[in-house]
Amino acid sequence: MVRALAVKRAVLLVLVLAGCSGRQTPLDPAGDQSQALASLFELMVWVCGGMYLLVLLFLAASIYRARRRLNALPQGETQDDTALTRGLWLWGGLVSLGLVVLAIASFVTDWALAQADRRADLEVRVTGHQWWWRIEYRDPASGAWIETANELHLPAGRTARVSLGSADVIHSFWVPNVAGKMDLVPGRRNVLSLTPRRAGWFRGQCAEFCGTQHALMAFDVKVESPERFAAWLARQRAPVTSSDPQLARGRQIVTGGACASCHVLRGTAANGRAGPDLTHLGSRRMIAAGTLPMTRDAIQGWILQPRAVKPGTSMPPIALSPEDADAASRYLVSLR
Amino acid sequence: MTPDQRLELARTWADPPGLWGFLTTVDHKRIAARYIFTAIALLFLGGMLALDMRLQLLRPGMERMGPQEYNEAFTLHGSTMLFLVSVPVMEAMALWLVPLMIGQRNVAFPRLSAFSYWLYLGGVLMLWVPHALNITPDLGWFEYPPLSGPAYSPGHRADIWAQMITFTEVAALAASVNIAVTILKMRPPGMTLTRMPLFLWAMLITSLMTILALPSVMLVTSMLIADRLVSTAFFAPAASGDVVLFQHLFWFFGHPEVYIIFVPAVGFVSAIVPTFAQRPMFGYRAMVVSLVAIALLGFGLWVHHMFAVGLPRIGNAFYTAASMAIALPAGLQIFCWIATLWDGRPRFQTPLLWIAGFLATFVIGGLSGVMTAAAPLDLQLTDTYFIVAHLHYVLVGGAMFPLFGAFCYWYPKATGRLMSERWGKRAFWLIAGGFNFGFFPMHFLGLMGMPRRIYTYPAEAGWETLNMVATAGSAIAVLGGLVFVANAALSWRYGPRAGADPWHAPTLEWATASPPPAYNFDEVPVVSSLTPLWDERGTLPVMSGLATDQREVLVTSVARASPQYRQNSVGPSIWPLISGIAVSALFVASIFTPWALVWGAPPIGLALALWFWPTRPRLKASVFADTRS
Repeated sequence: MVRALAVKRAVLLVLVLAGCSGRQTPLDPAGDQSQALASLFELMVWVCGGMYLLVLLFLAASIYRARRRLNALPQGETQDDTALTRGLWLWGGLVSLGLVVLAIASFVTDWALAQADRRADLEVRVTGHQWWWRIEYRDPASGAWIETANELHLPAGRTARVSLGSADVIHSFWVPNVAGKMDLVPGRRNVLSLTPRRAGWFRGQCAEFCGTQHALMAFDVKVESPERFAAWLARQRAPVTSSDPQLARGRQIVTGGACASCHVLRGTAANGRAGPDLTHLGSRRMIAAGTLPMTRDAIQGWILQPRAVKPGTSMPPIALSPEDADAASRYLVSLR
Repeated sequence: MTPDQRLELARTWADPPGLWGFLTTVDHKRIAARYIFTAIALLFLGGMLALDMRLQLLRPGMERMGPQEYNEAFTLHGSTMLFLVSVPVMEAMALWLVPLMIGQRNVAFPRLSAFSYWLYLGGVLMLWVPHALNITPDLGWFEYPPLSGPAYSPGHRADIWAQMITFTEVAALAASVNIAVTILKMRPPGMTLTRMPLFLWAMLITSLMTILALPSVMLVTSMLIADRLVSTAFFAPAASGDVVLFQHLFWFFGHPEVYIIFVPAVGFVSAIVPTFAQRPMFGYRAMVVSLVAIALLGFGLWVHHMFAVGLPRIGNAFYTAASMAIALPAGLQIFCWIATLWDGRPRFQTPLLWIAGFLATFVIGGLSGVMTAAAPLDLQLTDTYFIVAHLHYVLVGGAMFPLFGAFCYWYPKATGRLMSERWGKRAFWLIAGGFNFGFFPMHFLGLMGMPRRIYTYPAEAGWETLNMVATAGSAIAVLGGLVFVANAALSWRYGPRAGADPWHAPTLEWATASPPPAYNFDEVPVVSSLTPLWDERGTLPVMSGLATDQREVLVTSVARASPQYRQNSVGPSIWPLISGIAVSALFVASIFTPWALVWGAPPIGLALALWFWPTRPRLKASVFADTRS
């Protein structure tokens, strides 16, 4: 049995090493925080793995010894516990030593992470909603807040100070490749520092059960060079500019109809606050909090039948003729 | 004891026949058996729910269940397994075993144990009848506000969950008081605290922990019900309530709860290991000190469930240290068990096989616990499948495996028959193998970023293979469970006769017949060591003098167990059941109207008054004394 367990462990280890580079894993760190935690985890695996091996060896040895003793020894011999007692003390010392090492490593990591909080280059505010993310950036130039949703852009090599809050229930903000998670607690503000180092797309997901659609509350994270980030932020700051006459019908439906009661399109009449900001919807990778790709078909389907994709969502189905739905989705995709 | 006296004793302790006897019995063995049957049935239902969820997660985007059904499934699974299976089944084992292990005729408060069971059954019905009516709670086994508050969970699903807890916790408190008093005041002459089997230490400590931890969860669920029913706003941020208060109060119970489940398992292991090693437990004192240390530390680390809440770092560091420290006493216990095997002559029969499986599995759960105890690292691990793996390793590997071993170990005592060794071993390999095969990959799923409590996942996430492995492993374990139950059912009828002591065990319960008579022992045994049946087999001294024509038990002193007086033990009564019904009526009605607390109280008062109505047994005792002299 012991052997079978060890073999199984080895097989699985290979499996996981093959699978553990990805957009949503703490084992492929792309930031200072996740790097520190991955190192701590590695230390844990070594120390705990060693402890486990010792326990298994002792158990296996006692079973092996028992087989040999079973017939060799007479019944009723007196016990001598001296050697075992010495072993108990030794084992206790070993366990304590391991625990002290791990506790110190944990405190040192925690302290190092706390240091990062002091040097923030960028202020971001994330608010959890059932079941999407409101994301706001403090404009370094004007100090005003620039709003977007469900897609977080971060400059590589800079520390973003993310302030976390909730509009309804408890959520948890987690981008494992960049940092550990932190809860979004209504009535409180938590702060999490993110210092990404490697550019690329990563995925974040709500980690605290928050109701029916907890599973479909994800977001994309784009880490890019500070220059590209600045350019992106400047584009996000701008209101809707599109005045293409071919999109007039779509614009009218979106900004004048049902959409406008819940969504903002800055620069238009649409200024509802309940749902995500759509001003630059077309620039995002996904819609519906990481649920569907940003395509015209997906948007159309989402507008007409949101609850078929995401049962329980607050987004109501909007009754539009096929032509109107097509026009609205064309317009929304064009908002870059 | 003459045959006539024995006959009289049997008459005195017999239950009335038929249904009336079923409803009025106060025999701790019958009540415990009832508890255990109920818990096994629920274990089966909980397992089916788990399998259902595993099938939904088999592949990305499965549509076997929608989000609502999935949320209901994991809520029902978690609530059932923790509140209706794990804790009650451990109490049930204690209710059955403790009087037998101390050579007594019954527990200290026989009617209270009946009341415990009826209220526990009330809790079971409180959760599962609404499930049949499709008003299943759907927010997990800890229902954090504000999600569970009136604004986000209208209807009665959350109330049902909260009130189910009130039921089971009142039942658990009653059972714990009963067990603690029985252990402290009814041990046989000579069984001083230092000669108390480790199982009794474990159950004493568990009972005290239960008494200290459970009021916290009853308080917090009652506050939640008050928030929902009369708008008290304890947990409403908009009205200056605090949602984190709920988490503190819940986990102040919730973490000790883990040890309330695990410490009895330590007791099982410590009973099985010496018997099958044919050697007294090595490190008895270290074991007791470790148990006490676990109990004390267990109350000082609840915040490690809340590291992601954003509490001050310095506070988190304290809870990290406390959480890691608890690995030391647990590690010492592991050493003592293996050392006992090392120095003994172990026979690998099914119960010991379960213990070996426990050691190999539980240690993984303990070590992943050390990893999550580190506050910063926990931010990557908590609320992912890593935690799902960890908690199942601790609860299944750490508590259920010893429980299954204990079931096989004491089965011959309870039924008089031996279970099939061959099928017992097959069940072990299926369950232990399937469990490890299915749950070990969940660590990796967590490390690959899969959060817990999600009903679906995208194909791009790359979680499919390991989810398939997890589902396959769970299915194998469920199959093993069926083999286990079939073995128990068939052996009951066809198993070979066990005799009083089939394992050559050292403790008192093996001194009486299998199954034990209603009065358990002819006379009160007197002990002079930790392993009385090994040291004085066949010549076990007894103390006579308890009446045979009325129910009497012996009360002894707390530390030295010197005899103090004979105590009347109450007989069968219908009033625990009626009191249970009255309490249930109040509990159920009070999720609909606060006035239930007012009009529900008089029936309870009346039922309790009749329950405790004096029956003047002293008069009878004196008559008996006259005829004897």
